Amino acid sequence: MAEFQSYTLNFGPQHPAAHGVLRLVLEMEGETVRKADPHIGLLHRATEKLAEAKPYNQSIGYMDRLDYVSMMCNEHGYVRAIEKLLGIEPPLRAQYIRTMMDEVTRILNHLMWVGTHGLDVGAMTAFLYTFREREDLMDVYEAVSGARMHATYYRPGGVHRDLPDRMPKYEPSPYRSERELKEMNRAREGSVLDFLEDFCERFPGCVDEYETLLTDNRIWKQRLVDICPVGPERALELGFTGPMLRGSGVEWDLRKKQPYAVYDRLDFDIPVGTNGDCYDRYLVRVAEMRESARIIKQCIDWLRANPGPVSVDDPKVVPPSREAMKDDMESLIHHFKLFTEGYCTPPGEVYAAVEAPKGEFATYIVSDGANKPYRLKVRPPCYYHLAAMDEMIRGHMLADVVTLIGSIDVVFGEVDR
Amino acid sequence: MLETLIWETAKIWAVLIPLFLAVAYFTYAERRVIGHMQSRRGPNRVGPRGLLQPIADALKLLFKEITIPTYANRTLFLIAPALAIMPALAAWAVIPFGEGMAVADINAGLLYILAMTSLGVYGLIIAGWASNSKYALLGTLRASAQVVSYEIAMGFALVGVLMAAGTMNMGGIVEAQAGPFWNWFWLPLLPLFLVYWISGVAETNRAPFDVAEGESEIVAGFHVEYSGMAFAVFFLAEYANMLLISFLGATLFLGGWYSPFEGLPVLGPMFDWVPGTVWLFLKAGFFAFCYLWFRASFPRYRYDQVMRLGWKVLIPVTVVWLVVLTALVYGGVGPWF
Repeated sequence: MAEFQSYTLNFGPQHPAAHGVLRLVLEMEGETVRKADPHIGLLHRATEKLAEAKPYNQSIGYMDRLDYVSMMCNEHGYVRAIEKLLGIEPPLRAQYIRTMMDEVTRILNHLMWVGTHGLDVGAMTAFLYTFREREDLMDVYEAVSGARMHATYYRPGGVHRDLPDRMPKYEPSPYRSERELKEMNRAREGSVLDFLEDFCERFPGCVDEYETLLTDNRIWKQRLVDICPVGPERALELGFTGPMLRGSGVEWDLRKKQPYAVYDRLDFDIPVGTNGDCYDRYLVRVAEMRESARIIKQCIDWLRANPGPVSVDDPKVVPPSREAMKDDMESLIHHFKLFTEGYCTPPGEVYAAVEAPKGEFATYIVSDGANKPYRLKVRPPCYYHLAAMDEMIRGHMLADVVTLIGSIDVVFGEVDR
Repeated sequence: MLETLIWETAKIWAVLIPLFLAVAYFTYAERRVIGHMQSRRGPNRVGPRGLLQPIADALKLLFKEITIPTYANRTLFLIAPALAIMPALAAWAVIPFGEGMAVADINAGLLYILAMTSLGVYGLIIAGWASNSKYALLGTLRASAQVVSYEIAMGFALVGVLMAAGTMNMGGIVEAQAGPFWNWFWLPLLPLFLVYWISGVAETNRAPFDVAEGESEIVAGFHVEYSGMAFAVFFLAEYANMLLISFLGATLFLGGWYSPFEGLPVLGPMFDWVPGTVWLFLKAGFFAFCYLWFRASFPRYRYDQVMRLGWKVLIPVTVVWLVVLTALVYGGVGPWF
């Protein structure tokens, strides 16, 4: 009998479907993948080590840059750990704002994911549709924090500032007419909450639009159904979290199982798949986008009705107001101490997790009582998903590698850290 | 003798120059049309409404360096683009642009077309082989397998046309469809028409069958190592082939140069002033538009699924319909046979 010899195919890091800098060394037999060996570390930026050399607050910005498509959720995981360490509880309004922004982030992430996943499988139109809506949510980021991506908006003890009353508007340009401009600025006349409410109202229609292009498309189903299925037990063993786990039919969501922020006060459902294949993960994520819009709506209603402080009244952790700083000696000292030395935490160790769009994002902090962590460990969801890549892809075809990478929703900022 | 030579050369250029222009502006149309389908604008900066964009692209590609990989087979690497474009252009010789308006009015026109469209794949195979790259080789394997399988389905579909028209001459096939739009072959040969169109899209390696290029899997497939003009030639060949399949579809199934209201009492004379060529271009334009439409709306098939569709769906459909067609022709059914 003739002996078949496999050959090695280097996939990435310069590859259009590598989602950043994934390098896979594939052992192939014809078009069939026999073994996949993910090589990581090409985006290593030593976030954990850097955090050991800075006061706690100065590392918040690094968290945005871990999973750079779900920025505020990462911040949430980090500030929650610090709050746990300090034993402080942010005011309710801050919790609502965080919940709302977490869900905005979830939609941002899933929009990016639907688009790029579609692009990987060859459907390019959904990509441009999702980016149209993403743009609006980026503007929300900009309105609340001043930055469109790397917000650094959450702080231990609350959020940086209250929601603004104005939305940024499009400016006149020679390339768009008066009428177009008016239409683009239609929802931007009021506050951020008004804009978000308008967004939540039209967003389900937008999701329908993506679903028309993809969900029941025969080719899309042929490419996704029964590709790289993972059973519920195996998914748990592999350390899956988030949509990867829920796609396999395990109803596990930290927002429900270990509620944080104000998720226990809100009404929402956890979509769960049955087969654990790429198609189920797709359906779970699409359903999650709709749920997120529901959560945002509830948060908007509460935030409208309940004004109040957005950070704890503790000058050791939260900077004093500008006015107080100008004519009060003590506030000035607090301000100076906070921005130079930061604050010291009691010695101990904490683990705080949030349900980030990709799964369980957590930080584990060991403190020796200094003003910076002795050790910071980030638990990124995708690291564990990527580790299961080899097991999932064996026996599938080359084109499925691309589908699977898309389905994992891998982002190298957090895998390599 | 000399006169014939000059006359024939002039005819060839009269087809080729508009063809090159059409290809250039087809790429522009593609970007604009898909742009609007995706709620964006497409190129609109170079020249009025971006109309000079294809020229700018061509200039850019002309001035780029053609890099040849160290381990590539130089001769084959450079021959391949020529092999790809020659049949793509040669096939246009038999397309009738109007009554008696073909460069070569040969009897076996249909066979000639089939031969030319099949030859084009050699360029792809040689390009992938000569590049000495695994991605290119995979693309080549996919392309050749795909063209071989879809050639069969397409061949069968064309046999149906041949049976219905009773001639292989392209002009003759159009004349066999003379009459209003229900006289054209798309209706009696509807399954074959669909098979032809699907395999036509597959043969030209376009979405959703663009597995040979598969930009997200094997990067660019067979032409991954090509740059500059060598790449542009592949590009030209691909688009020339797309237009060819469009014109062929219009000729074989949509009545070529005939008006859709030909021979009708009131509507017929109303459109008499429109030249036949315009109708042909409109019909071909519909197919060309569909190419772009498909690209904007469909995901890409996986390689084995493309094969399955070809062998297990399209070929059986054509075989069955050929039997039905034989019965129809034998029984002299309808206005067609």
